[in-house]
Amino acid sequence: MLRDRNVSAVEVLESCLKRIHQVDGRPGALDAGEVSKEDEQRVHAFITLTAESARESAEKVDRMLTAGDDPGLLAGIPFTVKDIFCVAGTPSTAGSRILANFRAPYTATPVERMCAAGAVMLGKVNLDEFTFGSSSESSAFQPSPRNPWNPARVPGGSSGGSTASVAAGEAFLSLGTDTAGSIRQPAAFCGVVGLKPTYGRVSRYGLIAFGSSLDCPGPLARSAADAALMMNAIAGVDNRDATTASVPVPDYLVELEKDIHGMRIGLSPDYFRITFPDAQSGNYREQAVPDAMRDAVLEAAEVFRALGADIIEDVPMPNTRYGIPAYFVISRVEAASNLHRFDGVKYGHRTAKEVHELKELYRCSRGEGFGLQPKLRILMGMNVSAAQYSEQYYQRALRVRTLIRRDFEAAFDPQGKYRLDALLTPTTPTPAFPIQDVYGDSVLMQYADQLTVPANHAGTPGISFPGSLDAEDLPIGLQLLGADFTEDLLLRLAHAYEQATADAPWRKKKLRILDLEKL
Amino acid sequence: MSKNKDEIIRETFDHLVDLAEFALEEGEARYLLRELNSQLSAIHQLEAIPLDEDLPPASHGVPYPQDRKQPLREDLWDACKDASSILGQAPQTEGGYIVVPDIPHTDLD
Repeated sequence: MLRDRNVSAVEVLESCLKRIHQVDGRPGALDAGEVSKEDEQRVHAFITLTAESARESAEKVDRMLTAGDDPGLLAGIPFTVKDIFCVAGTPSTAGSRILANFRAPYTATPVERMCAAGAVMLGKVNLDEFTFGSSSESSAFQPSPRNPWNPARVPGGSSGGSTASVAAGEAFLSLGTDTAGSIRQPAAFCGVVGLKPTYGRVSRYGLIAFGSSLDCPGPLARSAADAALMMNAIAGVDNRDATTASVPVPDYLVELEKDIHGMRIGLSPDYFRITFPDAQSGNYREQAVPDAMRDAVLEAAEVFRALGADIIEDVPMPNTRYGIPAYFVISRVEAASNLHRFDGVKYGHRTAKEVHELKELYRCSRGEGFGLQPKLRILMGMNVSAAQYSEQYYQRALRVRTLIRRDFEAAFDPQGKYRLDALLTPTTPTPAFPIQDVYGDSVLMQYADQLTVPANHAGTPGISFPGSLDAEDLPIGLQLLGADFTEDLLLRLAHAYEQATADAPWRKKKLRILDLEKL
Repeated sequence: MSKNKDEIIRETFDHLVDLAEFALEEGEARYLLRELNSQLSAIHQLEAIPLDEDLPPASHGVPYPQDRKQPLREDLWDACKDASSILGQAPQTEGGYIVVPDIPHTDLD
């Protein structure tokens, strides 16, 4: 439409800004006071809206179109950025008081690539503090984002502002990150598409680090095609991130349209059950995922079968259940290491108290600047990596990680027994839970990532896409997991599912947040 | 709560807090200690997994064979064009230096 000049980039932008004005409510802020009745009906995706620079970008796209120049692959497409990416000149807060006043001096590679492709950045969106959570409630910037399908529910996390902004129609695309499921879990909760690429597929340069061996930037979008378009812009080697892999990047849009006939899709009993800490006794028990989640996966398998895919049942992924315990160790050690740099000296929050020596400055600045979740992660990371525990915890967790990786290698081995192209699973054990239901219980919150975290350990790609709605009209996310660097196959399958279910009645339902327009 | 042989006692907790450089309020400390022990009981599930002696650790999931690795960059000096944009982030500066309070002398153990 843009290229045919039916609509201008500025008009597209203005429609997004209008939607933001209608549904977003007040942006996240420090010391924001009580959440009002009105707040409870708004999305609160944003921390920082960059409307002025967005207008400049959109005007530039329009000028290029008028002049007959190519404005780029993502020309005029408004997008949001999870506030864990540095973007020059914008506050880059990580959802934390300790970085609330930090303005990044440079721009993260994925953001730079999107802007170079003509995309229009609307602003920075909210998240769990330093991405540490699965509900976006732990941000120091309140009110935290709400689920556009039902604002009494969490949008998931930690990329909750990203998924809420896309689901609410405020933006077409968002850039998120996934360390244990932080793209896929909120995508499932908000009914959008979220792709966690293979580790090394998308540059982490300019990403405020959490778990350096696990973090993956990736797209949030309304459809698999939009996610494919975004991947075409952001994927590939970056000489500023040595962990990006020299593996050719396919044209994801071309791959999207190919046939799925004969593709092998697995189902694993290990992704139909979860191990959960019992809220009363604290003991762990194993239970089946709720029927609605299981049925959604099985129905989707039938859709794929009807499209000509082979469904392979009973694929063993026996180490899935150890994903969270291993993650509790590995991610905490990496988080502690990454978060020592925030000290109140070079940038960020410095205590206003009068301090007499450097250690006191560190203690007060870090004590005031970090919220509870970063403190918890740093302390656990230091505990499990202490010399006397390293063998028992950290080294052991790294070896368990090998086992988890081997589950994937066996399932996807082209010469193996299963020879899968993808494994189909629920993305999450449940649909979006109510706000404040889980927050504070750091163990239960972590278990929201049980079905997503194995792919982070393995480094393999995963996509969550909307499967259907449950009885309460909350989205149910389906997950496809693949072998290294097979994002193209995952996008193709998700796209095929979208096409095959385009007329499903649930796709016609409207977001509850849009009732605001009637007010 | 399942039995936890390596439960973090308050003394250990205070040592960790000291190493982590946090000034904590008592309410925070109680929450953090409780959650740490709760997480440790989840971590203890790892001990039930039989691991072969020769099972190697994985520091990351995706292998990096030589043809996927990026060659080392040439070590080029790329001066920051606007040092004041970096120094301007520091809470306290003086004459191009970042200012901190006194660093008292400590004897190493």
